[in-house]
Amino acid sequence: MHEIQLTVNGQPVCVPAGSIVAAALAQAGVTSFRHSVSGEARAPLCGMGICFECRVTINGKAYALSCQTMCEEGMEVTTT
Amino acid sequence: MSQQAFDVLVIGAGPAGLAAASSAASSGVRVGLIDDNPSAGGQIWRGGLEHAPTSQATLWLIRANADAITLFARTRVISRVQPGVLLVETPTGAQELSFRQLILASGARELFLPFPGWTLPGVMGAGGLQALVKGGLPIAGKRVVVAGSGPLLIAVAAYLKSRGARVQCIVEQTSWSKLGHFGLQLARSPSKLRQARSLGWRLRGVPLHANSWITRADGSERLEAVSIQRGKRVETLSCDYLACGFGLVPNIELGSALGCTIEHGTLQVDEWQQTNSAGIFCAGEVTGIGGLDLALLEGQIAGLAASGQTAAARVLFSARAREQRFACHLASSFALHAELKRLAEPETLVCRCEDVPYQALQEHTNWRAARLQTRCGMGPCQGRVCGSATAFLFGRTPDSVRPPVTVARVASLVSTHSDQEK
Repeated sequence: MHEIQLTVNGQPVCVPAGSIVAAALAQAGVTSFRHSVSGEARAPLCGMGICFECRVTINGKAYALSCQTMCEEGMEVTTT
Repeated sequence: MSQQAFDVLVIGAGPAGLAAASSAASSGVRVGLIDDNPSAGGQIWRGGLEHAPTSQATLWLIRANADAITLFARTRVISRVQPGVLLVETPTGAQELSFRQLILASGARELFLPFPGWTLPGVMGAGGLQALVKGGLPIAGKRVVVAGSGPLLIAVAAYLKSRGARVQCIVEQTSWSKLGHFGLQLARSPSKLRQARSLGWRLRGVPLHANSWITRADGSERLEAVSIQRGKRVETLSCDYLACGFGLVPNIELGSALGCTIEHGTLQVDEWQQTNSAGIFCAGEVTGIGGLDLALLEGQIAGLAASGQTAAARVLFSARAREQRFACHLASSFALHAELKRLAEPETLVCRCEDVPYQALQEHTNWRAARLQTRCGMGPCQGRVCGSATAFLFGRTPDSVRPPVTVARVASLVSTHSDQEK
Protein backbone atom coordinates (compact mmCIF):
# COMPACT_ATOMS: atom_id res chain seq x y z
CA MET A 1 0.00 0.00 0.00
CA HIS A 2 1.14 3.53 -0.76
CA GLU A 3 2.76 5.18 2.28
CA ILE A 4 2.86 8.78 3.38
CA GLN A 5 5.70 10.33 5.35
CA LEU A 6 5.08 13.15 7.80
CA THR A 7 6.72 14.41 10.98
CA VAL A 8 5.31 14.27 14.49
CA ASN A 9 7.15 16.59 16.89
CA GLY A 10 10.05 16.60 14.40
CA GLN A 11 10.30 12.80 14.16
CA PRO A 12 9.53 11.19 10.78
CA VAL A 13 6.59 8.74 10.71
CA CYS A 14 5.27 6.59 7.86
CA VAL A 15 1.58 5.72 7.66
CA PRO A 16 -0.59 4.03 5.03
CA ALA A 17 -2.31 6.49 2.66
CA GLY A 18 -5.79 7.30 3.92
CA SER A 19 -4.74 7.44 7.59
CA ILE A 20 -5.92 10.26 9.84
CA VAL A 21 -3.44 12.37 11.79
CA ALA A 22 -4.55 10.83 15.13
CA ALA A 23 -3.47 7.42 13.79
CA ALA A 24 -0.07 8.83 12.83
CA LEU A 25 0.40 10.17 16.36
CA ALA A 26 -0.41 6.76 17.84
CA GLN A 27 1.99 5.19 15.33
CA ALA A 28 4.68 7.62 16.51
CA GLY A 29 4.10 6.53 20.11
CA VAL A 30 2.53 9.81 21.22
CA THR A 31 0.32 9.25 24.26
CA SER A 32 -0.56 12.84 25.09
CA PHE A 33 -2.05 14.89 22.25
CA ARG A 34 -2.42 18.04 24.37
CA HIS A 35 -2.38 19.18 27.98
CA SER A 36 -5.55 20.43 29.65
CA VAL A 37 -5.88 23.78 31.44
CA SER A 38 -4.79 22.09 34.69
CA GLY A 39 -1.95 20.20 33.01
CA GLU A 40 -3.48 16.74 32.50
CA ALA A 41 -2.39 14.69 29.48
CA ARG A 42 -5.25 14.21 27.02
CA ALA A 43 -5.88 12.15 23.91
CA PRO A 44 -8.85 11.60 21.54
CA LEU A 45 -12.23 10.86 23.12
CA CYS A 46 -15.05 11.16 20.58
CA GLY A 47 -13.18 10.45 17.33
CA MET A 48 -15.70 12.55 15.39
CA GLY A 49 -14.88 16.22 15.76
CA ILE A 50 -17.05 17.01 18.80
CA CYS A 51 -14.83 16.99 21.90
CA PHE A 52 -11.69 18.82 20.65
CA GLU A 53 -9.49 16.64 22.91
CA CYS A 54 -7.41 15.49 19.91
CA ARG A 55 -6.47 18.97 18.76
CA VAL A 56 -2.88 19.49 17.60
CA THR A 57 -0.93 21.98 15.52
CA ILE A 58 -0.66 21.04 11.83
CA ASN A 59 1.72 22.97 9.57
CA GLY A 60 1.73 25.79 12.11
CA LYS A 61 -2.06 26.01 12.32
CA ALA A 62 -3.29 25.47 15.89
CA TYR A 63 -6.59 23.84 16.90
CA ALA A 64 -6.53 21.31 14.06
CA LEU A 65 -8.58 18.20 14.84
CA SER A 66 -6.33 15.18 14.36
CA CYS A 67 -9.37 12.87 14.19
CA GLN A 68 -10.83 14.64 11.14
CA THR A 69 -7.65 15.51 9.23
CA MET A 70 -6.13 13.15 6.69
CA CYS A 71 -2.33 12.71 6.66
CA GLU A 72 -0.54 14.42 3.78
CA GLU A 73 3.02 14.02 2.51
CA GLY A 74 5.42 16.28 4.40
CA MET A 75 2.85 17.40 6.96
CA GLU A 76 4.34 18.77 10.20
CA VAL A 77 2.36 17.87 13.30
CA THR A 78 3.19 19.11 16.78
CA THR A 79 1.55 18.42 20.12
CA THR A 80 1.38 20.86 23.01
CA MET B 1 -16.81 36.81 0.18
CA SER B 2 -17.91 34.17 -2.32
CA GLN B 3 -21.53 33.07 -2.16
CA GLN B 4 -23.13 30.02 -3.71
CA ALA B 5 -26.88 29.52 -4.08
CA PHE B 6 -28.80 26.26 -3.67
CA ASP B 7 -32.45 25.32 -3.77
CA VAL B 8 -31.91 22.77 -1.00
CA LEU B 9 -28.98 22.79 1.42
CA VAL B 10 -28.36 19.65 3.49
CA ILE B 11 -26.22 19.74 6.64
CA GLY B 12 -24.62 16.37 7.34
CA ALA B 13 -23.67 13.67 4.83
CA GLY B 14 -24.49 10.59 6.90
CA PRO B 15 -27.29 8.22 5.81
CA ALA B 16 -30.09 10.76 6.50
CA GLY B 17 -28.27 13.58 4.69
CA LEU B 18 -27.34 11.38 1.72
CA ALA B 19 -30.94 10.19 1.38
CA ALA B 20 -32.24 13.77 1.72
CA ALA B 21 -29.80 15.19 -0.83
CA SER B 22 -30.38 12.50 -3.44
CA SER B 23 -34.17 12.54 -2.98
CA ALA B 24 -34.29 16.32 -3.39
CA ALA B 25 -31.93 16.20 -6.38
CA SER B 26 -34.19 13.68 -8.14
CA SER B 27 -36.64 16.55 -8.80
CA GLY B 28 -33.96 18.52 -10.66
CA VAL B 29 -33.24 21.13 -7.97
CA ARG B 30 -29.75 22.29 -7.08
CA VAL B 31 -28.53 20.70 -3.85
CA GLY B 32 -25.61 21.55 -1.56
CA LEU B 33 -24.38 18.95 0.93
CA ILE B 34 -22.10 19.92 3.83
CA ASP B 35 -20.09 17.69 6.15
CA ASP B 36 -17.22 18.36 8.55
CA ASN B 37 -15.54 15.02 7.77
CA PRO B 38 -13.09 14.44 4.90
CA SER B 39 -15.66 12.34 3.01
CA ALA B 40 -19.37 11.58 2.92
CA GLY B 41 -20.93 8.64 4.76
CA GLY B 42 -21.29 9.89 8.32
CA GLN B 43 -19.97 7.80 11.18
CA ILE B 44 -21.61 4.55 10.09
CA TRP B 45 -20.37 4.69 6.48
CA ARG B 46 -17.18 6.56 7.33
CA GLY B 47 -14.62 6.94 4.57
CA GLY B 48 -16.99 7.41 1.64
CA LEU B 49 -17.60 5.25 -1.40
CA GLU B 50 -14.11 3.74 -1.39
CA HIS B 51 -14.73 2.14 2.02
CA ALA B 52 -18.48 1.50 1.76
CA PRO B 53 -19.10 -1.49 4.07
CA THR B 54 -22.38 -2.72 2.51
CA SER B 55 -24.17 -2.63 -0.83
CA GLN B 56 -26.76 -0.34 0.79
CA ALA B 57 -24.00 2.15 1.67
CA THR B 58 -22.60 1.94 -1.85
CA LEU B 59 -26.06 2.59 -3.32
CA TRP B 60 -26.71 5.75 -1.29
CA LEU B 61 -23.18 7.10 -1.70
CA ILE B 62 -23.48 6.68 -5.48
CA ARG B 63 -26.93 8.32 -5.53
CA ALA B 64 -25.56 11.32 -3.62
CA ASN B 65 -22.62 11.57 -6.01
CA ALA B 66 -24.96 13.07 -8.66
CA ASP B 67 -24.05 16.13 -10.72
CA ALA B 68 -26.89 18.11 -9.16
CA ILE B 69 -25.32 17.73 -5.71
CA THR B 70 -22.31 19.80 -4.62
CA LEU B 71 -20.47 18.23 -1.66
CA PHE B 72 -18.62 20.51 0.74
CA ALA B 73 -16.36 18.18 2.76
CA ARG B 74 -14.37 19.34 5.80
CA THR B 75 -16.85 22.20 6.10
CA ARG B 76 -18.54 23.44 9.26
CA VAL B 77 -21.48 25.79 9.70
CA ILE B 78 -20.50 28.83 11.78
CA SER B 79 -23.63 30.97 11.88
CA ARG B 80 -26.68 32.30 10.09
CA VAL B 81 -25.78 35.53 8.30
CA GLN B 82 -29.43 36.34 7.53
CA PRO B 83 -32.53 34.21 6.89
CA GLY B 84 -31.67 31.85 4.03
CA VAL B 85 -27.90 32.35 4.24
CA LEU B 86 -25.37 30.38 6.31
CA LEU B 87 -21.73 31.24 6.90
CA VAL B 88 -19.55 28.15 6.59
CA GLU B 89 -15.85 27.48 7.03
CA THR B 90 -14.23 25.35 4.32
CA PRO B 91 -10.57 24.20 4.27
CA THR B 92 -9.79 27.19 2.05
CA GLY B 93 -11.68 29.82 4.02
CA ALA B 94 -15.11 31.18 4.84
CA GLN B 95 -17.98 31.14 2.38
CA GLU B 96 -21.67 32.04 2.35
CA LEU B 97 -24.20 29.46 1.16
CA SER B 98 -27.75 30.56 0.42
CA PHE B 99 -30.75 28.23 0.25
CA ARG B 100 -34.51 28.10 -0.19
CA GLN B 101 -34.96 24.99 1.95
CA LEU B 102 -32.61 23.69 4.63
CA ILE B 103 -32.40 20.08 5.83
CA LEU B 104 -30.56 19.42 9.09
CA ALA B 105 -29.15 15.90 9.26
CA SER B 106 -26.41 16.59 11.76
CA GLY B 107 -26.64 13.16 13.39
CA ALA B 108 -25.70 12.29 16.93
CA ARG B 109 -22.71 12.04 19.20
CA GLU B 110 -21.99 9.58 21.99
CA LEU B 111 -23.04 10.21 25.56
CA PHE B 112 -20.02 10.23 27.84
CA LEU B 113 -20.53 9.96 31.59
CA PRO B 114 -17.79 10.97 34.01
CA PHE B 115 -16.16 8.36 36.26
CA PRO B 116 -12.76 8.49 37.98
CA GLY B 117 -10.03 8.23 35.34
CA TRP B 118 -12.24 8.91 32.29
CA THR B 119 -9.88 11.68 31.11
CA LEU B 120 -6.89 9.30 30.82
CA PRO B 121 -5.46 8.79 27.32
CA GLY B 122 -6.77 5.43 26.11
CA VAL B 123 -10.29 5.98 27.44
CA MET B 124 -12.44 6.73 24.41
CA GLY B 125 -15.96 6.57 23.13
CA ALA B 126 -17.06 3.22 21.69
CA GLY B 127 -17.87 4.76 18.33
CA GLY B 128 -14.87 7.02 18.96
CA LEU B 129 -12.37 4.16 19.04
CA GLN B 130 -14.05 2.54 16.04
CA ALA B 131 -13.73 5.80 14.09
CA LEU B 132 -10.02 6.07 14.89
CA VAL B 133 -9.37 2.45 13.93
CA LYS B 134 -11.19 3.06 10.63
CA GLY B 135 -8.81 6.02 10.25
CA GLY B 136 -5.77 3.78 10.63
CA LEU B 137 -5.15 3.58 14.40
CA PRO B 138 -3.18 0.33 14.97
CA ILE B 139 -5.37 -1.96 17.14
CA ALA B 140 -4.14 -5.51 16.34
CA GLY B 141 -3.13 -7.29 19.53
CA LYS B 142 -4.41 -4.48 21.80
CA ARG B 143 -6.58 -5.42 24.77
CA VAL B 144 -9.87 -3.55 24.58
CA VAL B 145 -12.81 -3.38 26.99
CA VAL B 146 -16.03 -2.21 25.31
CA ALA B 147 -18.48 -0.65 27.77
CA GLY B 148 -21.49 1.60 28.23
CA SER B 149 -24.87 0.87 26.69
CA GLY B 150 -26.71 0.17 23.48
CA PRO B 151 -26.44 -1.92 20.32
CA LEU B 152 -23.49 0.17 19.14
CA LEU B 153 -21.29 -1.65 21.69
CA ILE B 154 -21.89 -4.96 19.93
CA ALA B 155 -21.15 -3.51 16.50
CA VAL B 156 -17.99 -1.81 17.76
CA ALA B 157 -16.74 -4.95 19.54
CA ALA B 158 -17.29 -7.04 16.41
CA TYR B 159 -15.49 -4.49 14.25
CA LEU B 160 -12.51 -4.17 16.61
CA LYS B 161 -12.23 -7.98 16.87
CA SER B 162 -12.22 -8.23 13.07
CA ARG B 163 -9.27 -5.84 13.04
CA GLY B 164 -7.29 -8.04 15.42
CA ALA B 165 -8.09 -6.37 18.76
CA ARG B 166 -8.27 -8.64 21.80
CA VAL B 167 -11.73 -7.67 23.02
CA GLN B 168 -11.73 -8.61 26.72
CA CYS B 169 -15.44 -8.24 27.34
CA ILE B 170 -18.52 -6.13 26.62
CA VAL B 171 -19.92 -4.34 29.67
CA GLU B 172 -23.59 -3.37 29.20
CA GLN B 173 -25.41 -1.41 31.91
CA THR B 174 -28.91 -2.61 31.07
CA SER B 175 -30.35 -5.84 32.50
CA TRP B 176 -30.57 -9.28 30.89
CA SER B 177 -34.37 -9.05 30.93
CA LYS B 178 -34.35 -5.77 28.98
CA LEU B 179 -31.80 -7.22 26.55
CA GLY B 180 -34.10 -10.20 26.09
CA HIS B 181 -37.05 -7.92 25.37
CA PHE B 182 -34.94 -5.98 22.86
CA GLY B 183 -33.96 -9.28 21.21
CA LEU B 184 -37.64 -10.13 20.72
CA GLN B 185 -38.19 -6.78 18.97
CA LEU B 186 -35.18 -7.42 16.73
CA ALA B 187 -36.69 -10.78 15.78
CA ARG B 188 -39.69 -8.97 14.23
CA SER B 189 -37.43 -7.46 11.55
CA PRO B 190 -35.70 -10.06 9.33
CA SER B 191 -32.90 -7.67 8.31
CA LYS B 192 -32.16 -6.58 11.89
CA LEU B 193 -32.27 -10.19 13.11
CA ARG B 194 -29.85 -11.25 10.38
CA GLN B 195 -27.48 -8.46 11.35
CA ALA B 196 -27.70 -9.35 15.07
CA ARG B 197 -27.00 -13.04 14.36
CA SER B 198 -23.98 -12.19 12.24
CA LEU B 199 -22.59 -9.91 15.00
CA GLY B 200 -23.23 -12.61 17.61
CA TRP B 201 -21.33 -15.16 15.52
CA ARG B 202 -18.40 -12.80 15.03
CA LEU B 203 -18.27 -12.17 18.79
CA ARG B 204 -18.30 -15.82 19.87
CA GLY B 205 -15.98 -16.26 22.82
CA VAL B 206 -16.26 -12.61 23.95
CA PRO B 207 -18.05 -12.37 27.33
CA LEU B 208 -21.04 -10.01 27.61
CA HIS B 209 -21.73 -8.71 31.12
CA ALA B 210 -25.19 -7.18 31.57
CA ASN B 211 -26.27 -5.06 34.55
CA SER B 212 -22.59 -4.02 34.79
CA TRP B 213 -20.61 -0.83 34.36
CA ILE B 214 -17.15 0.71 34.60
CA THR B 215 -16.52 2.32 37.99
CA ARG B 216 -13.03 3.66 37.34
CA ALA B 217 -10.09 3.72 34.96
CA ASP B 218 -6.52 3.70 36.22
CA GLY B 219 -3.07 4.29 34.78
CA SER B 220 -0.08 6.58 35.25
CA GLU B 221 0.42 8.22 31.85
CA ARG B 222 -2.28 6.34 30.00
CA LEU B 223 -4.95 3.73 30.66
CA GLU B 224 -3.68 0.51 32.24
CA ALA B 225 -6.73 -1.03 33.90
CA VAL B 226 -10.47 -0.63 34.44
CA SER B 227 -12.70 -1.64 37.32
CA ILE B 228 -16.05 -3.18 36.48
CA GLN B 229 -19.05 -3.38 38.81
CA ARG B 230 -20.77 -6.72 38.24
CA GLY B 231 -23.63 -7.07 40.68
CA LYS B 232 -22.06 -6.71 44.11
CA ARG B 233 -18.55 -7.57 42.92
CA VAL B 234 -15.96 -5.24 41.43
CA GLU B 235 -13.47 -6.81 39.01
CA THR B 236 -10.29 -5.16 37.78
CA LEU B 237 -9.11 -5.89 34.27
CA SER B 238 -5.88 -4.81 32.53
CA CYS B 239 -6.42 -3.23 29.12
CA ASP B 240 -4.91 -0.86 26.54
CA TYR B 241 -8.15 0.82 25.48
CA LEU B 242 -11.55 1.38 27.03
CA ALA B 243 -14.21 2.05 24.40
CA CYS B 244 -17.05 3.48 26.47
CA GLY B 245 -20.25 5.18 25.30
CA PHE B 246 -23.65 5.35 27.03
CA GLY B 247 -25.81 5.68 23.95
CA LEU B 248 -26.28 8.59 21.55
CA VAL B 249 -27.22 12.26 21.91
CA PRO B 250 -28.75 14.19 18.96
CA ASN B 251 -26.60 17.07 17.63
CA ILE B 252 -29.31 19.72 18.01
CA GLU B 253 -27.05 22.76 18.40
CA LEU B 254 -27.42 24.18 14.89
CA GLY B 255 -31.20 23.64 14.92
CA SER B 256 -31.35 25.34 18.29
CA ALA B 257 -29.35 28.33 17.01
CA LEU B 258 -31.77 28.58 14.05
CA GLY B 259 -34.77 28.73 16.39
CA CYS B 260 -36.17 25.23 15.85
CA THR B 261 -38.29 23.76 18.66
CA ILE B 262 -36.56 21.23 20.89
CA GLU B 263 -38.26 18.75 23.19
CA HIS B 264 -36.62 15.96 25.17
CA GLY B 265 -33.31 16.83 23.54
CA THR B 266 -34.55 16.28 19.98
CA LEU B 267 -35.55 18.62 17.15
CA GLN B 268 -39.33 18.53 16.69
CA VAL B 269 -40.77 17.92 13.22
CA ASP B 270 -44.17 17.39 11.57
CA GLU B 271 -45.11 14.51 9.23
CA TRP B 272 -43.07 16.11 6.41
CA GLN B 273 -40.00 16.28 8.68
CA GLN B 274 -40.44 20.07 8.77
CA THR B 275 -39.69 22.06 11.93
CA ASN B 276 -41.70 24.97 13.31
CA SER B 277 -39.38 27.24 11.28
CA ALA B 278 -40.80 27.25 7.73
CA GLY B 279 -38.34 25.83 5.21
CA ILE B 280 -36.19 24.07 7.80
CA PHE B 281 -36.46 20.27 7.79
CA CYS B 282 -34.71 17.68 9.98
CA ALA B 283 -33.93 14.02 9.39
CA GLY B 284 -32.11 11.20 11.12
CA GLU B 285 -30.78 11.04 14.66
CA VAL B 286 -31.36 14.77 15.33
CA THR B 287 -35.10 14.02 15.54
CA GLY B 288 -34.51 11.14 17.99
CA ILE B 289 -32.22 8.12 18.06
CA GLY B 290 -33.66 5.49 15.72
CA GLY B 291 -30.82 3.93 13.77
CA LEU B 292 -29.94 3.53 10.11
CA ASP B 293 -33.26 2.41 8.61
CA LEU B 294 -35.23 5.25 10.22
CA ALA B 295 -32.56 7.79 9.23
CA LEU B 296 -32.78 6.74 5.57
CA LEU B 297 -36.59 7.00 5.58
CA GLU B 298 -36.64 10.37 7.30
CA GLY B 299 -33.94 11.63 4.94
CA GLN B 300 -35.94 10.58 1.89
CA ILE B 301 -39.15 12.13 3.22
CA ALA B 302 -37.38 15.39 4.09
CA GLY B 303 -35.65 15.56 0.69
CA LEU B 304 -38.84 14.79 -1.22
CA ALA B 305 -40.95 17.22 0.83
CA ALA B 306 -38.36 20.01 0.60
CA SER B 307 -38.38 19.66 -3.19
CA GLY B 308 -42.18 19.57 -3.53
CA GLN B 309 -42.51 15.81 -4.14
CA THR B 310 -45.12 15.30 -1.42
CA ALA B 311 -46.92 12.34 -3.02
CA ALA B 312 -43.67 10.36 -3.16
CA ALA B 313 -42.89 11.35 0.43
CA ARG B 314 -46.28 10.16 1.69
CA VAL B 315 -45.62 6.64 0.36
CA LEU B 316 -42.85 6.27 2.99
CA PHE B 317 -44.95 7.29 6.02
CA SER B 318 -45.98 3.76 7.07
CA ALA B 319 -42.44 2.40 6.85
CA ARG B 320 -41.27 5.35 8.95
CA ALA B 321 -43.96 4.66 11.58
CA ARG B 322 -42.75 1.05 11.85
CA GLU B 323 -39.16 2.16 12.41
CA GLN B 324 -40.30 4.76 14.95
CA ARG B 325 -41.87 1.98 17.01
CA PHE B 326 -38.53 0.17 16.94
CA ALA B 327 -36.86 3.40 18.14
CA CYS B 328 -39.18 3.46 21.17
CA HIS B 329 -38.17 -0.09 22.09
CA LEU B 330 -34.52 0.90 21.67
CA ALA B 331 -34.91 3.80 24.11
CA SER B 332 -36.71 1.76 26.79
CA SER B 333 -34.41 -1.27 26.47
CA PHE B 334 -31.28 0.79 27.08
CA ALA B 335 -32.61 3.42 29.52
CA LEU B 336 -29.75 4.38 31.83
CA HIS B 337 -29.52 2.99 35.36
CA ALA B 338 -29.68 5.68 38.07
CA GLU B 339 -26.60 4.16 39.69
CA LEU B 340 -24.52 5.64 36.84
CA LYS B 341 -25.14 9.11 38.34
CA ARG B 342 -23.01 8.09 41.30
CA LEU B 343 -19.87 7.09 39.40
CA ALA B 344 -18.27 10.55 39.53
CA GLU B 345 -16.39 11.38 42.73
CA PRO B 346 -16.22 14.98 44.06
CA GLU B 347 -12.92 15.66 42.28
CA THR B 348 -13.81 13.83 39.03
CA LEU B 349 -13.76 16.30 36.14
CA VAL B 350 -17.09 16.77 34.37
CA CYS B 351 -16.08 19.56 31.95
CA ARG B 352 -12.93 18.36 30.21
CA CYS B 353 -12.29 21.61 28.33
CA GLU B 354 -12.16 23.78 31.45
CA ASP B 355 -11.31 21.02 33.97
CA VAL B 356 -14.36 21.63 36.18
CA PRO B 357 -14.84 18.95 38.87
CA TYR B 358 -18.16 17.41 39.91
CA GLN B 359 -18.14 19.07 43.32
CA ALA B 360 -17.90 22.57 41.78
CA LEU B 361 -21.09 21.90 39.79
CA GLN B 362 -23.06 20.35 42.64
CA GLU B 363 -23.60 23.66 44.43
CA HIS B 364 -25.30 25.36 41.45
CA THR B 365 -28.97 24.91 40.66
CA ASN B 366 -28.96 25.59 36.92
CA TRP B 367 -26.73 25.37 33.85
CA ARG B 368 -26.25 29.12 33.47
CA ALA B 369 -25.16 29.70 37.07
CA ALA B 370 -22.75 26.76 36.87
CA ARG B 371 -21.41 28.08 33.57
CA LEU B 372 -20.87 31.61 34.85
CA GLN B 373 -19.30 30.53 38.13
CA THR B 374 -17.16 27.61 36.97
CA ARG B 375 -16.69 28.04 33.16
CA CYS B 376 -18.35 24.62 32.67
CA GLY B 377 -19.25 24.36 28.98
CA MET B 378 -17.21 27.39 27.90
CA GLY B 379 -14.38 25.51 26.22
CA PRO B 380 -14.03 24.55 22.57
CA CYS B 381 -16.61 21.72 22.70
CA GLN B 382 -19.11 24.38 23.82
CA GLY B 383 -20.81 22.04 26.28
CA ARG B 384 -21.40 19.22 23.79
CA VAL B 385 -19.66 16.71 26.08
CA CYS B 386 -20.27 18.11 29.59
CA GLY B 387 -23.75 19.50 28.76
CA SER B 388 -25.01 16.04 27.84
CA ALA B 389 -23.42 14.64 31.00
CA THR B 390 -24.97 17.30 33.28
CA ALA B 391 -28.35 16.67 31.63
CA PHE B 392 -28.15 13.10 32.93
CA LEU B 393 -26.39 13.85 36.23
CA PHE B 394 -28.32 16.94 37.34
CA GLY B 395 -31.15 17.35 34.81
CA ARG B 396 -29.53 20.57 33.53
CA THR B 397 -28.97 21.34 29.88
CA PRO B 398 -27.38 24.29 28.07
CA ASP B 399 -30.21 26.84 27.69
CA SER B 400 -29.21 28.50 24.44
CA VAL B 401 -26.83 28.18 21.52
CA ARG B 402 -25.26 31.36 20.27
CA PRO B 403 -23.12 31.91 17.17
CA PRO B 404 -20.48 30.91 16.31
CA VAL B 405 -22.06 27.44 16.54
CA THR B 406 -18.62 25.82 16.46
CA VAL B 407 -15.01 26.90 16.92
CA ALA B 408 -14.23 29.26 14.02
CA ARG B 409 -11.14 31.02 12.75
CA VAL B 410 -11.03 34.76 13.41
CA ALA B 411 -10.50 35.33 9.67
CA SER B 412 -13.85 33.64 8.94
CA LEU B 413 -15.68 35.95 11.33
CA VAL B 414 -13.82 39.09 10.28
CA SER B 415 -14.59 38.48 6.60
CA THR B 416 -18.36 38.67 7.17
CA HIS B 417 -18.11 41.83 9.22
CA SER B 418 -15.90 43.58 6.70
CA ASP B 419 -18.47 42.72 4.00
CA GLN B 420 -21.31 44.13 6.08
CA GLU B 421 -19.43 47.37 6.65
CA LYS B 422 -18.91 47.98 2.94
